[in-house]
Amino acid sequence: MDFEDSAEEAAFRQEARTWLEANALTKEEKEGLDFIGIAKLWQKRKYDAGWACLRWPKEHGGRGATAVEAVIFGQEESKYDIQEAGVYAISHGMCAPTMMAWATEEQNKRFIPKLASGEEIWCQMFSEPAGGSDLAALRTRGEKDGDEWIINGQKIWTSGAHYSDWGVIVLRTDPSAPKHKGLTYFFIDMKSPGIEIKPIKQISGGANFNEIYFTDVRVSDSQRLGEVGQGWQVALTTLMNERAAIGAGGGGVNFRSVFKLAQNVNIDDEPAINDKTVRRKLADWYVTESGLKYTGYRSMSALSRGEIPGPENSIGKLVGAPKQQDMASFALDLLESSGAIWDPELSQEAGLFQATYMAAPGGRIAGGTDEIMANIVAERVLGMPQDIRVDKGIPFSEIPTANS
Amino acid sequence: MNFEFSQEQNLLREQALGFLKDYCSTKVVRNILDGEDSYDQELWTKVVEMGWTATVIPEEYDGLGMSYLELCVIAEELGRALAPLPFSSSVYLATEALLAAGSKEQKEEWLPKLASGSVIGCLAAGEGTGQVTPKSLTTSADASGLTGSKLPVADGDVADFAVVIAACDSGDGASAYLVDLNQSSVSRQKVDTIDPSRSHAKIDFTGASAQLLGKEGEGWALLNNIYDRAAVLFAWEQVGGSETALEMAKEYAMGRFAFGRPIATYQAIKHKLANMYVKNTLTKSNCYYGAWALSTNAAELPIAAATARVGAIQAYYFASKENIQTHGGMGFTWEFDCQFPYRRSKLLSINIGSEPVWQEKLIKAIETSRAA
Repeated sequence: MDFEDSAEEAAFRQEARTWLEANALTKEEKEGLDFIGIAKLWQKRKYDAGWACLRWPKEHGGRGATAVEAVIFGQEESKYDIQEAGVYAISHGMCAPTMMAWATEEQNKRFIPKLASGEEIWCQMFSEPAGGSDLAALRTRGEKDGDEWIINGQKIWTSGAHYSDWGVIVLRTDPSAPKHKGLTYFFIDMKSPGIEIKPIKQISGGANFNEIYFTDVRVSDSQRLGEVGQGWQVALTTLMNERAAIGAGGGGVNFRSVFKLAQNVNIDDEPAINDKTVRRKLADWYVTESGLKYTGYRSMSALSRGEIPGPENSIGKLVGAPKQQDMASFALDLLESSGAIWDPELSQEAGLFQATYMAAPGGRIAGGTDEIMANIVAERVLGMPQDIRVDKGIPFSEIPTANS
Repeated sequence: MNFEFSQEQNLLREQALGFLKDYCSTKVVRNILDGEDSYDQELWTKVVEMGWTATVIPEEYDGLGMSYLELCVIAEELGRALAPLPFSSSVYLATEALLAAGSKEQKEEWLPKLASGSVIGCLAAGEGTGQVTPKSLTTSADASGLTGSKLPVADGDVADFAVVIAACDSGDGASAYLVDLNQSSVSRQKVDTIDPSRSHAKIDFTGASAQLLGKEGEGWALLNNIYDRAAVLFAWEQVGGSETALEMAKEYAMGRFAFGRPIATYQAIKHKLANMYVKNTLTKSNCYYGAWALSTNAAELPIAAATARVGAIQAYYFASKENIQTHGGMGFTWEFDCQFPYRRSKLLSINIGSEPVWQEKLIKAIETSRAA
């Protein structure tokens, strides 16, 4: 048992490091660019040098690398301040694998290299006002009209729709079929007439998500992925390709930042770190963080042996998101009344604790709520049965809703 | 990265699992709980035959000279089976104390016997209510021998010798002694505990013949060193036990029907069990870290041990209490096995220092490492 890279892994890591050192974006290069501009510049640089989308086949613009190589490159890349990499998370992590699995060879030739080079950004339009955790309850209609489909309805919580060129979408094409059977999957040009994108302002003040309204939007039948009525199956490809988060999430509020804060603020005129209650809480968070880190190491070891990581990898978000919230909340408590101040000039760590406190509720909801994640662990890991469903087998149009 | 047990170690796990399935069913645990015996002697004999008590003892003392990774594997399986044995006292504590501080003569006298299982050792630190500290110790030794009372001593009623932590005026405030328990100036009494499948005793020393173990005034450091090492092994037992509790809860939830369906379909139950799985998984990963630190004598051992220990205490407590809850009223009956993990989880969590003690140790160790 050790933490060392194998000889090949070490050589690969060195190669990655050397390239990153020589090619990471400089301050001057970033100047004057918005975060999309920076993300595109960096992605293109990686693509040109063969460091983009490492797992993808070379003919699609990737490197044909192993899973463990991709993780190693990610680890090295994350040492640089490239937060903009998140711009492509959905394009590369969800949309592209779905295209590779379901689109025609010709379509993939047209789209995948531009995904790899970062020239085109994609979004994923699944959630709807009536279909979040219960995704298959979506209602946006797709009606056949000759060689085209006409889309009417509304999507919501779409990350990055406002800067995306293309998007994948699931539509209700047969309301008389049972819920999961009446869906069909397409990809669509986000500049199509009839698409209206409205940002949603969050409680954190940001606006990372959008509502998208479709009014008689036309999409060619050739942009259908899978058969008519097979949309759920295609959607599962997308969802299963959500990247496995391996390794410790370094940023944000963590043990290190709260420990440091506890050294710098006082309780009863003594450093808070000397307070027994503070120490016990910090100990628990250290244990949780360490558990996540070493769970990542175990997954990494499985990858290193060429195996698929075990189910232990599925707990990261379920543990990490509430932990962020609790730690940020505790940090504000340590700050006493000054914890209310979010002004970056006047607050500790430039408002990190306040920002995390306000963003944390979203983390527990996006990409599967805590409750859905717990269901996934219970059902897929522990093999417990699904909940009894009252909507099973009956036509979608007859399923009770709040309005009916 | 190779943060995994080796193939041979995994094979050992399979062997241990199969062996304990055959010879340490919950019926065996129940026999000790209900009966007069302090531990299962037949099982002990078999465990000794398997060489488990000799695992990390060097070959020069008739041991197997294997690594601590092997011992971690065995600990996990013993914990999973809730084995009613004096294994932790003899192997994780007494053997470790001798390996850490024993003179050549002391090692030659005791280690071969510990390896062959012909003697059982134990550790006597506590003296009644509350946390043990050098200041709280009243047991002491002088020219006339060792005098004082130790309570509770895990396996103290069946052990042949004890490592006794006694007060000392110099050094760190304590010294450790090796005391043969089969002598007239030692009297022992078995005490009732929350887990009768693991026996405990009160031991009175009245001028008992005792041999210094390690240097005078270094007993407290020795105790902490042994505890750091034992904490990793205890944590592996706790992980094994936590997984047993989860398995029991799952099996029951799948078969128990309420309102016309298995209770395993209710989210209240699913989320409870998912939560158990999450805690067990994080703890196991921390135990891997502990195993690595223990087996390599890493400088990180104090942090790794406390991390594994705190998580293991919390995970086992959670899994064992929620297992009873999942079983409903039946889980509260003497007839059902849910009581075993519930008893054992608390016993293991207070045997070598409780949760608040280890949380404090963890933060202190982090402060020390960051100051360095």
